[in-house]
Amino acid sequence: MGKFFAVVLTIIALVSAVPIVRHTWWMPPDISTHGHAIDEQLTDTMAEAGFSFLAAQLLLAFFVWKFSERKDSGPIKSLPGGAKGLVIAALILVGTEMLALGVLGQKAWASVYFTPASPNALHVQAQAGQFAFYFRYPGADGKFGGLHPDKIDEGNQNYFGLDPANEVEARDDIVTGELAIPANREVLLLMHSKDVGHSFYVPELRMQQDFVPGLDLSVHFTATKVGRYEIVCTQLCGLGHYNMKAYLNVMAQDDFEKWLKQKASEQ
Amino acid sequence: MQEASAPQAQQGHHGPPEGFIRKYVFSLDHKVIGKQYYALALVAVFIGMILSWLMRYHLIYPNGKIFGLEFLSKVGAPGGVMTPEYYLSLMTMHGTLMVFFVLTNAPFAAFGNYFLPIQIGAEDMAFPRFNMMSFWVTFVAFLVLMTAFFIPDGPPISGWTAYAPLSAVGPDAGPGQGWGQNLWGISIALFCVGSLLGSLNFIATTLDLRAKGMTLMRMPLSTWAWFITACISLLAFAVLLPACLLLVLDRMAGTSFFIPAGLVVSDRLQAHAGGSPLLWQHLFWFFGHPEVYIAILPAMGIVSHILVNSIRRPLLSAKVIIYSMMSIGFLSYMVWGHHMFVSGMNPFSSLMFSFPTLTITIPATVMTLIWLGSLYGARIRFTSASLFALGFISMFVSGGVSGFFLAQPSIDIYLHATYFVVGHFHMVMGVAAIFAVFAGTYFWFPKMTGRMMSEGLGKVHFWITFVGTYCIFMPFHYLGLAGNVRRYSSFVDDFLLPLMPVHRFITIAALITGAAQFIFLYNLIYSRFRGKVAPVNPWEATSLEWTIPSPPPWNNFGDRHPIVYHDPHQYGVKGSLGDYVMQDSPEKIENES
Repeated sequence: MGKFFAVVLTIIALVSAVPIVRHTWWMPPDISTHGHAIDEQLTDTMAEAGFSFLAAQLLLAFFVWKFSERKDSGPIKSLPGGAKGLVIAALILVGTEMLALGVLGQKAWASVYFTPASPNALHVQAQAGQFAFYFRYPGADGKFGGLHPDKIDEGNQNYFGLDPANEVEARDDIVTGELAIPANREVLLLMHSKDVGHSFYVPELRMQQDFVPGLDLSVHFTATKVGRYEIVCTQLCGLGHYNMKAYLNVMAQDDFEKWLKQKASEQ
Repeated sequence: MQEASAPQAQQGHHGPPEGFIRKYVFSLDHKVIGKQYYALALVAVFIGMILSWLMRYHLIYPNGKIFGLEFLSKVGAPGGVMTPEYYLSLMTMHGTLMVFFVLTNAPFAAFGNYFLPIQIGAEDMAFPRFNMMSFWVTFVAFLVLMTAFFIPDGPPISGWTAYAPLSAVGPDAGPGQGWGQNLWGISIALFCVGSLLGSLNFIATTLDLRAKGMTLMRMPLSTWAWFITACISLLAFAVLLPACLLLVLDRMAGTSFFIPAGLVVSDRLQAHAGGSPLLWQHLFWFFGHPEVYIAILPAMGIVSHILVNSIRRPLLSAKVIIYSMMSIGFLSYMVWGHHMFVSGMNPFSSLMFSFPTLTITIPATVMTLIWLGSLYGARIRFTSASLFALGFISMFVSGGVSGFFLAQPSIDIYLHATYFVVGHFHMVMGVAAIFAVFAGTYFWFPKMTGRMMSEGLGKVHFWITFVGTYCIFMPFHYLGLAGNVRRYSSFVDDFLLPLMPVHRFITIAALITGAAQFIFLYNLIYSRFRGKVAPVNPWEATSLEWTIPSPPPWNNFGDRHPIVYHDPHQYGVKGSLGDYVMQDSPEKIENES
């Protein structure tokens, strides 16, 4: 029984490692400027976690194989070093490992959250609501009109509750269902929720941030590769949560300006 | 260490039970109450497992007909086809049942109630009436929760985490968010009361009712785990209780603890102002993180207890296990924000929470190394119980290493709310902790019923479950790395479609592994009535529960007051009459530490 356990466990441990080593199912290529730090952190952690996983499982398998009940009744051996050795080893090795991960990892976090957006970032506002994302560009005047929840009228496509009749700034705001941005230009995404909690997640962008009702949150990022990427909601928001998505359209600068002009004319 | 005086205060605490109701229903006997908790957990786990089958089936066949589902809910599954909202309802009930009614009940309330008093040499718990109340309040909580299945609007859809404002604004937020969510809030509030009463009992009993010679350091590791768990449970449930009450007030009394102004839900401007959704998250996770340690600590204690017996030698250091469990309990209160890294909380707080989260790896690793190191030079006996105990170690490692990733906010930006998280907590809670419950069942069944379970069936159960749970939950991590978002009722996004073959594999593994659990259920029920008669000490174990008849009399030790001379780790002892010495044996042991 012990030998069988050891063999089965060894097979399970090795087979589990294969898709990780071969990246069979893996993160999509990173299209952001901050993402490489996250990817590096993940790879480093995978090496440590992978080593710990394999070492522990294979050690368990080996000991179970070797120390199954035997007929002889010789003296009980003990692990050299005893508990003291293990505790000290754990404190030093694991402690250093965790400290390293923590200290190194905070740089990637800081690059996303502790650095302010650059002054010439493109400001786009995102609104999440059951079950769609809408985006707003400030238009030629560079200013956003006010938001009035009591004026929200989805039937007339007034998703943000704008009041262009009474507010000059709102008249040239551009509202769209997709988030188009120019490549290689920083974007400041201003986020608010219309109703319940939602979240903004683009795996390729290595960006995820909750929308919290009542809070004005923001994230900033720069996308480097032209293409169309899915934005999906990752905060359970109701029955349509699985289907709540939009597209991030990263374009060349000229194409973006053409697109924006086109959208402005459609408002 | 100060010895507890003999529990004379408890003599005649309550006389032998008379009449059917007192013996089997409203019993003051901790053993009956333990079995009642176990039965409740058993019912809950089978319901929870069937819910998971329904969920897994729907994920691979979103438009598939499930025979009979329309009888459970005409609105939720018209023609047997599950709606997206009903998927979320089933998911919410699955999580709620499993975390509260299975993982808090089985390893802690069930086995703890049954064996803590016996393992310390006491006649019963310190407060038998509180004990009886704690079970029946928990039972009523279960009934209240289950009622949500049978109301027209169905169970809530906000997940076991019930984030506000989705859970707080009422029926505008969606189906199930009317009375379903109210029933959830009331049920969990009642559950908190039951848990608080139970925890008080465990603490008072452990501190005051130990037999002569039973110093704290001579208590079995399972008792230590139950004691530490009760301590953290007291503070954790004390926070969840008011949180649930505030939620119910927001929903039914027009308050706005968790709801800010200006929300437009289902085209209706909500008449609330001033509340904070993040407040709910802080209150919930301040409970929620210790809760998962409430689930795993008793499991660690039970596994340690069974492992020592199965390897026929002491652990490298029982004291280190005890101090590690205490550190985990203490640190568990400092890490709750790791559930909220991208929640909109101050990002500096996220960093501050990540350091203690990473630190908790240290005592967890120490315990794993002690278990592994103790195997060196051992003589392992393979029984169903010991197989599940060894399996626990493997599962705990697997579930634990994914924590390295999730503890770091920068990596969590990518992995938050993906199947990576779902894989992590299922491996530690849904597999490892359940393995400990299985191990405890196979180990203690003879003592509780006077009969042995079938070892043959037990081993079949183990092998299918061990391989099967790896097949189910290891792929969750791969899905998460690919960005597969969780809590989706079906996968319609472009980037998720290539992952469907993995989901199909998981569903098949889940159905097969789930079916194997009926082998366990059959074994349990058959052996209860027709199992081989059990001796007093079938496993040649040292702790006090093995000194009394199987099953024990109403007052455990009869007219005896046990006197304890040793710790429970005297296995492989040179010069003893067998290879083990029982805790109450006056036999002297050379070089006893």
